[in-house]
Amino acid sequence: MKRLIPLWITAIAGVVMIVSYFIPFTQGWGEDAGIYFDILAAIAFILGGGNILKIHLKKISDRVAGWGYSVILLTAFLATLFIGLGKIGVHPNPQYPGYTWSGYYRQMDTPFWWLYEYVFKPLTATMFAMLAFYIASAAFRAFRAKNIEAVLLLGTAFIILLGRTFAGVWLTSGIPDDSAFAGLKIENLSVYIMQVFNTAGNRAIMIGIALGIASTSLKVILGVDRSWLGSGEE
Amino acid sequence: MYEFLKNLDRRWIFLLMFVSVAIPVLFELTFPEKATGLAKAVFDEIEALDPGDKVLMAWDFDPASEGELGPMATAFTYHCATKGLKMYYMSLWPVGPQMVDDNIANVINADFPDLEYGVDYVNLGYKSGYEGVIKVIVTDLRALYTTDAHGTSVRDIPMMRGVESIQHMDLIINVSAGYAGTPEWVLFAVTPYPDLRMVAGVTGVQAPMLYPYIPEQIPGLLGAIKGAAEYEKLVMDAYGGPDPPRKYFKGKLRMGPQLVAHIMIICLIIVANLVYFTGKRRGEVS
Repeated sequence: MKRLIPLWITAIAGVVMIVSYFIPFTQGWGEDAGIYFDILAAIAFILGGGNILKIHLKKISDRVAGWGYSVILLTAFLATLFIGLGKIGVHPNPQYPGYTWSGYYRQMDTPFWWLYEYVFKPLTATMFAMLAFYIASAAFRAFRAKNIEAVLLLGTAFIILLGRTFAGVWLTSGIPDDSAFAGLKIENLSVYIMQVFNTAGNRAIMIGIALGIASTSLKVILGVDRSWLGSGEE
Repeated sequence: MYEFLKNLDRRWIFLLMFVSVAIPVLFELTFPEKATGLAKAVFDEIEALDPGDKVLMAWDFDPASEGELGPMATAFTYHCATKGLKMYYMSLWPVGPQMVDDNIANVINADFPDLEYGVDYVNLGYKSGYEGVIKVIVTDLRALYTTDAHGTSVRDIPMMRGVESIQHMDLIINVSAGYAGTPEWVLFAVTPYPDLRMVAGVTGVQAPMLYPYIPEQIPGLLGAIKGAAEYEKLVMDAYGGPDPPRKYFKGKLRMGPQLVAHIMIICLIIVANLVYFTGKRRGEVS
């Protein structure tokens, strides 16, 4: 029963979504299924929160290596949750002054806003910015012109790197825009690579992925592939 | 020198990258921008709209990619506000509404104080469900959006009257940093309903994957900070006046560090290959 019910839910939802796409009369069924999906996605946040608590409380309890990070994570998680849900420091909406919780939860100068502006925002921006350092290091260590394929890759990378900046424009500025060689200007070469070679390669990959998704989805809907149900062991 | 470069500590590379980015930022190095076809196509799509036309502004990004996508989001808002378009903001990302708030505060409230919330622009906020949200609102917006981000019923918002689904929008502008974003808008909105028009601004990583959709599903695309700088130039040349505020040139300002960093990476690759071939000649590398 534990496996049969999810299998039936998946099969029915899958068939409804397919049928609603092709038969206009059943379009509403697909919309209803979509709304259920969105409600489930919202509930998944609660499950996600519960999962974070379960995993990290266990790490703390077992004193595994790095358990201190779990303490920091849980403290930040619970503090943000409490401040956000409790609308701490939020002024009531002027339309409903008698209702303490009627205010906008992202009001400026509230603790939740402060956490977002001065903790979350700089931390996530910093994490993303760190990529630049790792890309530079990886480029130094990995890009070697060992064979023809690698040389082609390197040449393409140089054209794109230069073509995405003013350096590319400047380097080939001697070629007139209306000459027969205008296509050799780095900025034009960069556009050509993106619109022809990249598009052709990506289309092939996308068609392959789409066919793979269709076949895997059919297997899941028909119950042939049940790996997504897990092993059934706790 | 060879030995030093062969065993180069990665911290030297980190330092070089830091200097390459810090100097242009500190000295505000800028370079001329020339708009390419895709940026012009984005500009033309918005230009083709008439005052009062409805535009869905789907801001699907967060602070992690704000540095790359913030400038184009700002330019989109400025362009739409200048043209007198009705702006409907929403997001499929949990932190997206904060990005919308930033645009409303820095562009609309600062430079278009006459625009009225609920009449000229509205923030519909975030809804969970990723592409599931698109699938629903493409036929029934009110099934999911019963209130705006502030909790006001959509029935009390004047500009929501007559807007039953996003098929009532004259254009979708999507700024996307990943999943859910532009590919999902293409698959679940623009492809099944070809009358919908859409332009997008995306991160550099995402742009190559979206070229296959040009020009049928996406007539115009802004790729990363370069696309933002080109679009900013088009908008400011047309509507910026003699002395536009500096905040509308953030894309251009960020192209300075990008140029120096790109050249630095090219130099690093060349040096690494010189070291590799020297080692090969000496028989130290197989």
